[in-house]
Amino acid sequence: MCGIVGLFLKSRMLEPQLGAMLSQMLGVMTDRGPDSAGFAVYGAGDGSHIKLTLRSNLGNDIDTIADEISADIGGPLASSKRGSHIVLTTPKSIEQKVRDWLAANRADVRVVGAGSRMELYKEVGLPSDVAERFALKDMAGTHGIGHTRMATESAVTTDGAHPFSTGVDQCLVHNGSLSNHNGVRRNLQRDGLTFQTENDTEVAAAYLTWRLRQGMDLNTALEACLSDLDGFYTFVVGTESGFAVLRDPIACKPAVMAETDDYVAFGTEYRALVGLPGVEQARVFEPEPAKVYVWERH
Amino acid sequence: MSTVDLANTPLRELNAALHKLNGQTNDTHWEVRNPLGKHAVAVGVDAPVTIEIDGHVGYYCGGMNKQARIVIDGNAGVGVGENMMSGEIHIKGDASQAAGATGRGGLLIIDGNASARCGISMKGIDILVKGSIGPMSAFMAQAGNLVVLGDAGEALGDSIYEARLFVRGKVKSLGADCIEKTPTAEERDMLAAILKRGGCESISPDEFRLYGSARKLYNFHIDNVSSY
Repeated sequence: MCGIVGLFLKSRMLEPQLGAMLSQMLGVMTDRGPDSAGFAVYGAGDGSHIKLTLRSNLGNDIDTIADEISADIGGPLASSKRGSHIVLTTPKSIEQKVRDWLAANRADVRVVGAGSRMELYKEVGLPSDVAERFALKDMAGTHGIGHTRMATESAVTTDGAHPFSTGVDQCLVHNGSLSNHNGVRRNLQRDGLTFQTENDTEVAAAYLTWRLRQGMDLNTALEACLSDLDGFYTFVVGTESGFAVLRDPIACKPAVMAETDDYVAFGTEYRALVGLPGVEQARVFEPEPAKVYVWERH
Repeated sequence: MSTVDLANTPLRELNAALHKLNGQTNDTHWEVRNPLGKHAVAVGVDAPVTIEIDGHVGYYCGGMNKQARIVIDGNAGVGVGENMMSGEIHIKGDASQAAGATGRGGLLIIDGNASARCGISMKGIDILVKGSIGPMSAFMAQAGNLVVLGDAGEALGDSIYEARLFVRGKVKSLGADCIEKTPTAEERDMLAAILKRGGCESISPDEFRLYGSARKLYNFHIDNVSSY
């Protein structure tokens, strides 16, 4: 059992409240996943910079990491702290240098997510506490995805928390369990993808990254999941401009959505959606099994 | 009439009050406000009362119901009317998976659509769905009638026993051991009675096809091994 929440805003007016809405939804899903929680928010950004969300695997201090990197390889690097994570904003031109510096000097630091607009936070603990620690309610953005985890396939660690991000501005959350993830992982590794965990969900995220890298659009890439991934899943996926939902062909895991003129919202249970503005008048529906749903910003 | 607002009354308090009701009560009309998708609303009621729920409910609403008439002015989550024994549950919106699962009696009316596994293992309940039903509906259905005004998804009636499945629209596919049958006059009357109780008397029973068990999987037979 896990809980998923997702929000894709159509109305710009709601953008300042994205974090507050998502935070409230995440809290309600605590019952379904009290082990850990995480979320990705697509906020401000521009095409010339990359935001790297960092955390220390060992809980070490990373507050001064921007200065340390700048001192060695130059800058400019902007950094902002949110709970135990740091978001490092680096010009695209030196992104690889920054990553190389981290690999060489700070083996304890994980790049949790990277994107022109995406920031990604996750931690062990009750979802409402996790949302509080990262001050999710103060975040603005166009879309966001959150997850509350009850661990089944791998340990309760921050590494095993969702969302998983395996490509720039890409993230995926999952309710369910995959049964062929080891085989798929081996194939992806042969094609050069790298993995940070043994988690089945990371394989699904990497599979999508691999398909998108081949030039597939989000819709086609998700359709390919239906034939290549075996097991139970409800996926909610975020990209720089897109928001997508896919359930396995027997719809093993619950899902409900609400759509209004202002937003599209996803919840594992309807309870997660009741706090949203105007939800009483929303079109409420269950995404159909084996059907890809994609919403794109224009 | 008693009105309970679940925005400020604990659900257990509502259910405890409903469980105290019996055939002698004059308190026969209940209104439940702000269900807010909560699970197990009005579960286990055993009294001839009417309960009107204003909004969407979560899982297992009206489960195990006996005698009561429950009207949900919204959508229902997984397992609405699960194992209901008698009475009536009327959902004005859509129902999620496993609506009426294992139901033994009474009438479940869904004005909208029902998703996967509607009427799974039904054991005597009558279910009327005015929209369409999802895949694997009436899986291992044992007794009762499932009436669908719209279409049915894949594998309808897989491993069915003696339930009757009346579908007016298209059936995507039939499950193992489920076949089309010719309705008897008695079965046609049974269908007409359910349509009438659900306020669909203008629809002719002749518009439906009947599906039921080929009775080939009841006992192990080596020729059927590939179907098990």
